[in-house]
Amino acid sequence: MFDSSSIIVGLEVGTSKICAVVGELNPDSSGLNIVGLGQAKSRGVRKGEICDAPAVEEDIRNAIVEAEQMADVEIRSVYLGVTGGHVRGFNNRGVHPVVSADREISEDDVQDVIKNAKTINLPAGNHVIHAIRQHFLVDGQDGISNPVGMLGSRVEVDVHVVHGNLNRLQNAIRTVKGLQLEVDEIVFNGLASSLALLTTEQKELGALVIDIGGGTTEYVVYADGVIKHASVLAIGGDHVSNDLAYGLKVPLGRAEQLKIEHGAAFVDGLKEKSVTISNELGMPMKTVNLEHLRRIMSLRLEEIFQLIGQDLEQAGLLDYLRSGVFLCGGGARIPEISRLAEQVLQMPVSIGKTNSISGLKSALDQPEFATAIGLVKFGSFQHKKRTGKASLRDGIKTTIGQLFKRA
Amino acid sequence: MEDSTSAVSVKIFGVGTAGINILEEIARAALPGVTLAAINTDAKSLAGSSAAEKISLETKVTRGGGPGGDAKRSRAAAEENLPKLKQTCEGMDVVFIVAGLGGGAGTGIGPVLAQAARESGALVLAFVAMPFDCEGNRRLKQAQQGLEQLKSAADGVICLPNQEIFKLIDEKTSVVETFKILNGLLAEGVNGVWRLMARKGLLEIHYADLCALLRERRGDSSFATAEAAGATRSREVMDKLFAHPMLDGGKALAESDAVLVSLTGGPDLTMAEVHRVMEHINGKCERAQVLMGATIDEAFRERLAITLIAVRRGAAQIEKGELPEQETVHLEARSTDDFGSHFLNQENGARPQSRFVPPAPSMPAEKMEQLAARQTRSRKNASKMRQGQLPLEIISKGRFDKSEPTIHKGEDLDVPTYIRRGVALN
Repeated sequence: MFDSSSIIVGLEVGTSKICAVVGELNPDSSGLNIVGLGQAKSRGVRKGEICDAPAVEEDIRNAIVEAEQMADVEIRSVYLGVTGGHVRGFNNRGVHPVVSADREISEDDVQDVIKNAKTINLPAGNHVIHAIRQHFLVDGQDGISNPVGMLGSRVEVDVHVVHGNLNRLQNAIRTVKGLQLEVDEIVFNGLASSLALLTTEQKELGALVIDIGGGTTEYVVYADGVIKHASVLAIGGDHVSNDLAYGLKVPLGRAEQLKIEHGAAFVDGLKEKSVTISNELGMPMKTVNLEHLRRIMSLRLEEIFQLIGQDLEQAGLLDYLRSGVFLCGGGARIPEISRLAEQVLQMPVSIGKTNSISGLKSALDQPEFATAIGLVKFGSFQHKKRTGKASLRDGIKTTIGQLFKRA
Repeated sequence: MEDSTSAVSVKIFGVGTAGINILEEIARAALPGVTLAAINTDAKSLAGSSAAEKISLETKVTRGGGPGGDAKRSRAAAEENLPKLKQTCEGMDVVFIVAGLGGGAGTGIGPVLAQAARESGALVLAFVAMPFDCEGNRRLKQAQQGLEQLKSAADGVICLPNQEIFKLIDEKTSVVETFKILNGLLAEGVNGVWRLMARKGLLEIHYADLCALLRERRGDSSFATAEAAGATRSREVMDKLFAHPMLDGGKALAESDAVLVSLTGGPDLTMAEVHRVMEHINGKCERAQVLMGATIDEAFRERLAITLIAVRRGAAQIEKGELPEQETVHLEARSTDDFGSHFLNQENGARPQSRFVPPAPSMPAEKMEQLAARQTRSRKNASKMRQGQLPLEIISKGRFDKSEPTIHKGEDLDVPTYIRRGVALN
């Protein structure tokens, strides 16, 4: 194998920042090591979707270059994170009869049943991003995680299908391809974040991951070790800034700054306190009531959690979250946000920490890098699957194929 | 068909010269099992009628010369002959009264006849034509009075203001033709209602249902008929129906609180057609109670006829400006109040001068309350349907102004939460 194939890059094109993370697969221990990180301020993205492609192209280039320099590798392909208000997830079931003479379920049967589960009635122009298998049923017997080798006449599979509008997904892919970068796969941002944050036990117990980004908030529910629910709210930190700009009558940039310096998820203990903002010459320009600032912010954040709570209640998943809620994304940096989430959702909430990854300590502890790290982790699973499964012949074929693809 | 019609005995009275003319029109359709009767104070016009029964109310008062357009005189003549009128209505289930209001005979005799028919136990439906505006104030005033009296005497009054005919005719239509169209319209209406009740149907309207619907309300009504043939008949018939001048572009339907629909088709009438038509009508009159019937008639093969009667509570469309002072007050009271409040306001409302008007029904206090409550509720509903609201403040969405809005359950989440929740910052 080539050296470069053990390098995995996750690229997240976010609303506030563009972030590229380089991971290296350790061939001996098959562990993942984060070796590089590049980021750039994002200028052409609204609500998680590209609205100014040339600006985004430039920002991606900057982030990639920074990551390349740090990791001292050449980046050829990336796992691209996608999001946006159009991305939705739902559960679906596929059925397949076992036709072989001895009624033994083969690998082909499993592939067929998953294929059946993917054939769903999507709105025209929608594309399946993921079809994540939850568990199999053999002749109605529930809870089978791998039916290969079992006997049965009918195999069914429950999958969670994440889909989005094809054209809007293509926009992100095209922009990246315009930079002479290959896109290995597109990955839903919420799924990537949850991969980075959750341990196997937490997935088994049931957990909710909320990624509060700049333009969107993704949330993913794990229960019994599998994804049960994934969705996107097109609200994020941008909305908080916008509300502040409107409510306090300050420019958007100033609102953003106020949010970072004085923002919090709760109002209490701030009666009649105010801050004075000065212009570039140091002259006082405007006095802003801190109580108002926090009230506006608190209401918006509270609403985000309420919307998520309502959605999960409708899906009947609130009782499955026994290991609690994990927050990540830039929004997780807001002081006391976990207390607010606890109050709204009525369950333990903590800020998520990436796990089972080694490397740059500075990157791993930041909640806003969870998605990009998750993308690398997703890539490493795919990589392992590919190299593990490939027979000699397939291996050569793909290697040669890749050679030609890159030339 | 004969068997089915015999269940309900129907008599159609043509009252006055205009009524008799309309009766001729109805006679041409030859409705089986229906007795036609002509009533007038003028023996000469009766002689020309083809009705089976002719009742002349010639008395000393009129001296055989007709009432001369005086409703009081013909009314007196009718009251004199009350036993005779009652006798002729004996044993009838439904009595139609067809008349032209504004003249002497129709205006005067109509209400008395309605009263007599009701007392003998029949359901009384009056189909009347109001005079043209150009016929003068006196006739119009007399017609209004007659209509009011008729409304309080009959179970249902379906009124065709002749003025409406201008929507149907053009510049070149002759006077003779115009009257023919008018007579035809009323005849069609009678025909349609009769079909509704008498013919055995796929979906039958019970005679009792019809009585209940009309007796409860006693408002004024408008009606429309339409007919179409061919493969697209159900669509065509709807277009024609809603274009009908009497429905005022669907306004009459929206205002009505009971709608009677009678469909007549050949044996090839499909359920899908009935469904399509009814869906349309139901959509136009959401507030109304809809009563429908569908009948099959061999003669209607390939065709579809629809008769629609919309009953309004009060809300008489009356040109108030042309009426004398005390009359206006009275009519306004009628037009805004419904049947229930008519009894509530019995003391101050002007009464018909006839001695045949029954004493006001006694009403227990709780019933009065009930009626009053119903009145306010229905009015509240009506206002809710029409009232729109303009946004008071236009909220800028700042940087999300140009992006696709985030709509969740009809709420635009791009608008700051504190504004949507109405939290005040002071």
